Amino acid sequence: MFTARVVGDVVATTKHADLHAEKLLLVQPVTPGGEPRGKAVIAVDRAQAGPGDWVLVADEGNSAAQVLGKRRGAVRTVIVGVVDAVHES
Amino acid sequence: MHFAIVIGTVVSTVKVPSWRGHRLLMLQPTDDSGTPGGRPLVAIDLVSAAPGQRVFYVRGREAATAMPDPENPADAAIVGIVDHVRRHDPGPGKKDA
Repeated sequence: MFTARVVGDVVATTKHADLHAEKLLLVQPVTPGGEPRGKAVIAVDRAQAGPGDWVLVADEGNSAAQVLGKRRGAVRTVIVGVVDAVHES
Repeated sequence: MHFAIVIGTVVSTVKVPSWRGHRLLMLQPTDDSGTPGGRPLVAIDLVSAAPGQRVFYVRGREAATAMPDPENPADAAIVGIVDHVRRHDPGPGKKDA
């Protein structure tokens, strides 16, 4: 899992059946301190995340299948939580 | 899932049986604004994408499980065609943690 910032949304009419009716958000991975790191990616939202939210993103197919409640398919990147705080020690 | 633009088609007559009937496309990865970056790659096309289109693709094991028969060696698969990407306005109230 990694933490990211929700920075946008993605509209796609033509997509894999496993993505039908799923909300696709643009998430920008961030460092523990909240600085952007690398390219923004597309994630399925299962945490009712909104613009600017700091979120927890799972990036593995079995995790996605568990969250979506179906067999392993085309989805691997899913927003699974909203981060309240990260305390660095 | 990652953004890319379709930059070509790949013709392969002799290929693993599990890919029979599927198209292979050459992708150039991009960022969300469409700016190219990184090395081109070949992906299985599952959405009938065309050269020049902006698409998104999945990498790794999920490329294989996205196909009807998951027992195949795909490591990248196109799973959507981008209509548009809307960047949220950061707004004054949103601060980085």
